[in-house]
Amino acid sequence: MTDLLYEIRGSVMRNKMRTAATGIAVASGIFLLIVLQGAGNGIMNTFKQNSSSLVFNAIHVWGGFTGQAYEGMAKWRRIVLDTRDEEITRSKYTTKIESSTSISNRYGLVVSNGTDYIADVELCGIRPDYQQMAAIKVLRGRPLHDLDVEQRRKVVLISDKREKELAPRGQSLLNGHVKLDGLYFRVVGIYEDKRMNSRATVYTPFSTLQTIYGKGSSVDEMLVVGRGLDTEEANTEFEESMRRTLGRIHGFDPADQQAVWMWNESRKNEQMMMADRILKTSLWILGMLTLVSGVVGVSNIMLIAVKERTREFGIRKALGATPWSIIRMLLLESVLVTSFFGYIGMLAGVAFCSYMDSAVGNRTLDIGVEKIQYFVNPTVGLSTCLWAALVLVVAGALAGFFPAYKASHVKPIEALHA
Amino acid sequence: MIRLTNVHKTYQGQQPLHVLKGIDLHIGKGEFVAIMGASGSGKSTLLNILGILDDYDEGEYWLNGTLIRHLKESSAAHYRNRMIGFIFQSFNLISFKNAMENVALPLFYQGVPRKKRNELAMHYLERVGLRDWAHHYPNELSGGQKQRVAIARALITRPDIILADEPTGALDSRTSVEVMQLLKELHAQGMTIVVVTHESGVAYQTEKIIHIKDGQIENIEEHPDIQSTVFGRGGLMK
Repeated sequence: MTDLLYEIRGSVMRNKMRTAATGIAVASGIFLLIVLQGAGNGIMNTFKQNSSSLVFNAIHVWGGFTGQAYEGMAKWRRIVLDTRDEEITRSKYTTKIESSTSISNRYGLVVSNGTDYIADVELCGIRPDYQQMAAIKVLRGRPLHDLDVEQRRKVVLISDKREKELAPRGQSLLNGHVKLDGLYFRVVGIYEDKRMNSRATVYTPFSTLQTIYGKGSSVDEMLVVGRGLDTEEANTEFEESMRRTLGRIHGFDPADQQAVWMWNESRKNEQMMMADRILKTSLWILGMLTLVSGVVGVSNIMLIAVKERTREFGIRKALGATPWSIIRMLLLESVLVTSFFGYIGMLAGVAFCSYMDSAVGNRTLDIGVEKIQYFVNPTVGLSTCLWAALVLVVAGALAGFFPAYKASHVKPIEALHA
Repeated sequence: MIRLTNVHKTYQGQQPLHVLKGIDLHIGKGEFVAIMGASGSGKSTLLNILGILDDYDEGEYWLNGTLIRHLKESSAAHYRNRMIGFIFQSFNLISFKNAMENVALPLFYQGVPRKKRNELAMHYLERVGLRDWAHHYPNELSGGQKQRVAIARALITRPDIILADEPTGALDSRTSVEVMQLLKELHAQGMTIVVVTHESGVAYQTEKIIHIKDGQIENIEEHPDIQSTVFGRGGLMK
């Protein structure tokens, strides 16, 4: 084997120009492949980061209207969830639920600080555990506590983005007061909002909202975080089981899909993964096509090389080289050349991705009211690199095969007279 | 060593060319033979058949007790490698290998390890007087030196026969003498050598001349008196 490599080194070093041309074709192909993958990852990561930060496996449940008459009760009956639903669900599915919470909302409110205001604000009444489930990160001040809920304090969390809008001259709103739907609330914390262009959400203790708007024990949304629901089937089964339980409490048909609405974040994740797959596959195809042109180039160059070296193969055959030994030598030469330069292209691609990451990866685009990140972590993983390496070896073998086959069929007498 | 009986060869083409029309030939072990003939006489074809570089249509070719006929390429390669040493008019050295590597190449196809190969190559280069040139590339060698490298390469597998196709064709008369001298030395050591040439000066250095004309053996001249030719001393007729 080392002998064969030695043989190949001789011919590669002797034909530097040809080797370099081959190398550039392959290296640029693989470079583009990696950079495209990196850019695709950047787009996907941006997409993921700008979308909801709710934990994986959270299931939202909202009350709806019954779609069927059931046990003597009419169709189109409104189902209103209340705090009891969450308690029952939680005690019934202790093994399948990681955590659960109830949420109340008020939409279309106006929040103001002096003359600065934001319209169409969502006021969200939450229990402290929601902050973990929704991964709310408090940048300054403090999160909401159990005491806030117990004492029905008129306190709110607002986002960093909204703070800037309410206090455009940069003053801090922390521990100050904002007017919300005619009432004054103290700002106890500023949370981070990385989402793009979404409605402004202000968090307040659950009991505060319930009291102000006289909602009693009714809630707008129940949030359940499942445990060990790894498969789509497990999720569906759990959802259906929960629907049956709620059906018994509220008296609706367990098959009635409209009585309560459920939205599973893991579904969203699946959709995201699907989009990710489609994007990546199309980028792979693009990259592969680029690579194919590189490989065709290599094949072409190898064909010319074989033509040039006809005499050499003739000599080798006269001295006892079998056709297979010629094929083996050329194939290995092709694989080695493509692998070597492909590796260089791959390194360059990875380096370029890292450069993109440092140059634009953390840059934000200021669109006036808010800043968005448009290219997050545009790099490729190890698996992409390994795949690319495999593709290279196969490509090298393919590129070398036809020229090698041709060379192996050179007749020594003809070659010697060439 | 070599026995041909009624060998025919026709090149197929638009107009089939009957090149060898029944060659019967016997060359014994240790003989030094020249095949002479004008161009187109079929002497190169005969050499190609002897060298297993080409197949023949009819007859039999026995080489050292082995029937050589309609071989597969890989077994032809095997026999060429083990039994035959080639010397060509245009040397046919590989340009990107130095003298030692060129000499060692046939052993590569026998799977001999590189170190052993190079040792043997050095030994044979020494025999042709080029030990000091071992690391020179062909373009750094003179014609005579190149041919001596080629001879070393032909010898390294210790073949049964040496086939030389116009070995002095590309050399001037002085180096031609050197090369022929080398072949004579090999003959003296018991090697069987077949030289194809159209130069009578070369042919008369051998002990048996086979004249070929129109694809048939015209006559065989045994033991030509080397010393009697005017070209015998100091130079060969070019």
